[in-house]
Amino acid sequence: MTEENNTSIFETKKKTITGTQTCGCADNCCETPAIQTTTSKIIFADRLDHLLARLGWNRLNHSVEPGLYRLGDPDAESPVFASANYTLSFDALRSSLAGIDAWILVLDTKGINVWCAAGKGTFGTDELVHRIESTGLAGIVSHRKIIVPQLGAPGVFWPEVVQRTKFIVEYGPVRANDLPEYLKTHTATPDMRCVKFSLRDRLVLTPVEFMHFALPTVAISAALWFLAGPFAALAAVSAVLSGTVLFPLLLPVIPTRDFSTKGMILGVIVSLPFAYVFGTTPGLPMWAGALSAVAALLLIPAVIAYLALNFTGCSTFTSRMGVKKEIFSYVKVMAGMAAVGVISGIILGVSKIMGVI
Amino acid sequence: MFNSYTETSLSFDSALCINCKRCTQVCPHAVFTAGPTCVSLDRPSACMECGACALNCPVQAITVQSGVGCAWAMIGAALRGKDMDTESCCGENGSCCGNSGSKQKASVCDCGKKER
Repeated sequence: MTEENNTSIFETKKKTITGTQTCGCADNCCETPAIQTTTSKIIFADRLDHLLARLGWNRLNHSVEPGLYRLGDPDAESPVFASANYTLSFDALRSSLAGIDAWILVLDTKGINVWCAAGKGTFGTDELVHRIESTGLAGIVSHRKIIVPQLGAPGVFWPEVVQRTKFIVEYGPVRANDLPEYLKTHTATPDMRCVKFSLRDRLVLTPVEFMHFALPTVAISAALWFLAGPFAALAAVSAVLSGTVLFPLLLPVIPTRDFSTKGMILGVIVSLPFAYVFGTTPGLPMWAGALSAVAALLLIPAVIAYLALNFTGCSTFTSRMGVKKEIFSYVKVMAGMAAVGVISGIILGVSKIMGVI
Repeated sequence: MFNSYTETSLSFDSALCINCKRCTQVCPHAVFTAGPTCVSLDRPSACMECGACALNCPVQAITVQSGVGCAWAMIGAALRGKDMDTESCCGENGSCCGNSGSKQKASVCDCGKKER
């Protein structure tokens, strides 16, 4: 473990470079920029970090130090790649470049991945220019080309980078593992340019989705257990698991394009067994059975539809205009369903406490 | 029916296009297709309004109201009485990508690109 840690990116050896600097900033131009060393090897500590990041554990601390990194034994002719200082982004890049000598310029994106950071502008023109200048990149490489991940493009205005640093921005492929193929011709195929949202891509998002709602789910389930029994608690857990795990996995196969209606469809399917069991509970008056079934049929689809709508933020293809339309079309319906469901539950609870049922 | 994604804010003026093909390189959904004299807007409904094409177009032939389609943030903004269009997806308690960060402030550049 200790030996492994020695080669980890977190235990990087700092090498100091000498030579002329091109930093235009008067305040920090006298500090010698350090080049850090990294490898393309992913070790156990990295994998553990990836797992914790995927689980949303300490989510803002999965970051590497911004700056210039040496991968392999690069020289002045070696390619320069830009990356975010989120470990998953940085590790995807370095592990894809196994056997390639290169420079990696890590931007300070506050531990956020390339695409999200580009959308927010932290992976952006100013930060790219700042890192090129502060690392003295122009004095290190002889060429004037920097390969920026394609998904960084929403934050980078390339003509301004050229104008301010004389570095040409070349947009690499979407996925880092296409880089070795890309480097042969410096041209990305149409396939390399497209984002996909595969089952695996969606699967890795589900733990964080679930963790967001884990605490309220436990609280509500516990309350339902005492008020209405274990099956009611199971209904609450099923609704949240369906919305945060099952929905992302089944996304492409559920009919309709809108996430809200997809969630509603899944919700109705999930709620049916619960509605049936509630509605046919022995010893319950018919009106109470019917009201329990209605509560399940309204509440579960409303919860799943809402969780489904929230998944738009994780998907790779929903536009803001469309999401806004969805909100205006369906949130009132979801809220109405949830309200009627909750009122039904309250009526049942009060009836039970008062001994009516 | 049940498709809110038929229209987007994307627009393209082919008369301004200088055929640099940057939009075809940055678009993750192949919305633009390269052509002999200029690109063509072939799949507008596939646009997710990320804004990469418009930002990287050196002649402003493309415009789009870019933003992250994050329902969580937009509903939160609406509930707090804020503007749904300006709210970023990554608020203090953002759901999809962590903490807040400063929005990019691109300065005016010689080639006519306005402040963003």
